[in-house]
Amino acid sequence: MTGYALAVTLCLLVVALLFALLRRRRIREKYAALWVILAIAVGLLGAFPRLAFWLSDVVGVQAPVNLLFATAFVVLLAVCIQISSEVSSLEEQTRTLAEEIALLRLEVRQSTELAGPAEQTPSTDAASADSTTTDGPSA
Amino acid sequence: MTIGAVVREVHEEVPQADVLVVNDGSIDATAEVARAAGALVLDLPVNLGVGGAMRAGYKYAFRRGYQRTVQLDADGQHDPASVERLLGAMRERGADIVIGARFAGVGEYSVRGPRRWSMKILAKVLSRVTGTRLTDTTSGFKVCGRAAIRLFSADYPAEYLGDTVESLVIATRAGLKVDQVGVAMRPRAGGSPSHSPMKAAVFLLRAVFALAIALSRPKAPLPAELTA
Repeated sequence: MTGYALAVTLCLLVVALLFALLRRRRIREKYAALWVILAIAVGLLGAFPRLAFWLSDVVGVQAPVNLLFATAFVVLLAVCIQISSEVSSLEEQTRTLAEEIALLRLEVRQSTELAGPAEQTPSTDAASADSTTTDGPSA
Repeated sequence: MTIGAVVREVHEEVPQADVLVVNDGSIDATAEVARAAGALVLDLPVNLGVGGAMRAGYKYAFRRGYQRTVQLDADGQHDPASVERLLGAMRERGADIVIGARFAGVGEYSVRGPRRWSMKILAKVLSRVTGTRLTDTTSGFKVCGRAAIRLFSADYPAEYLGDTVESLVIATRAGLKVDQVGVAMRPRAGGSPSHSPMKAAVFLLRAVFALAIALSRPKAPLPAELTA
């Protein structure tokens, strides 16, 4: 198999894999989009190698393979940045959710206390002052 | 229209209904205003987007045993006076979901040009998929029966056009019957949608992509009915 045929086959496999993941909700569209575009672009170049030569002439790069590597590098960088941004956003969300849960626990505790001692179920939380140790969950 | 005014209007036009407002992480006075107008409020601690907020609402409806829900936009575009007609259609035609649709001969919603064509194409495709003649597939105005509530409480897509296009696909694949009734919608507070051909093309492309993936998804079973 020539290098080009291999590239096209790999791209088709990648697109198929992405489709399978999208289908089963294992990956979200916004993440898959970049990969799909990349796979199609590489597939096109593999199918029509002249495109690569023409493109590298236009851009001013000596060898098309250099252009390919450079582009792939930039795309991977973009994906890493996208993921980092999403992870940061998730951390912020998790933080907010943790706060809300803690606040709700306090509200529930206070409202069961208001309901009277006869109605309270024994608390399963270890009573602890605000602590910053990291020896695991307390309840 | 403010959320308070919308809630009050719903109470007037559909007095037998309980009103739930899902606050999707707004830090303005939305939740308070809605409560003051007599609605129950689901106050999400983080912003989940339309799909996330919808699923939360359907979860509430499911767990509290509601048999029918009406989904209404909070900007006053959907007229609560049409709700009775939608419910009537659901009863008469035995549908699980009834959409309040534009472009069905009622009302004068005017969208022209590329955006209108994209919506038309989408409506045609979805009409084939659902087996019913649909003219408005991006309408957020719909009534759902118990089966649809069960479905959407577990499975409501959170991605672009998921809350309209994809939800119809999910419903059809779960064996639910979709129908529509023509309604007149009131003008949006935020102005009309953009008419640029580029944006319309992108809209159509994303819609087709979302549709293709939705159609190819494996079937998931309806969540079990509550036993208590």
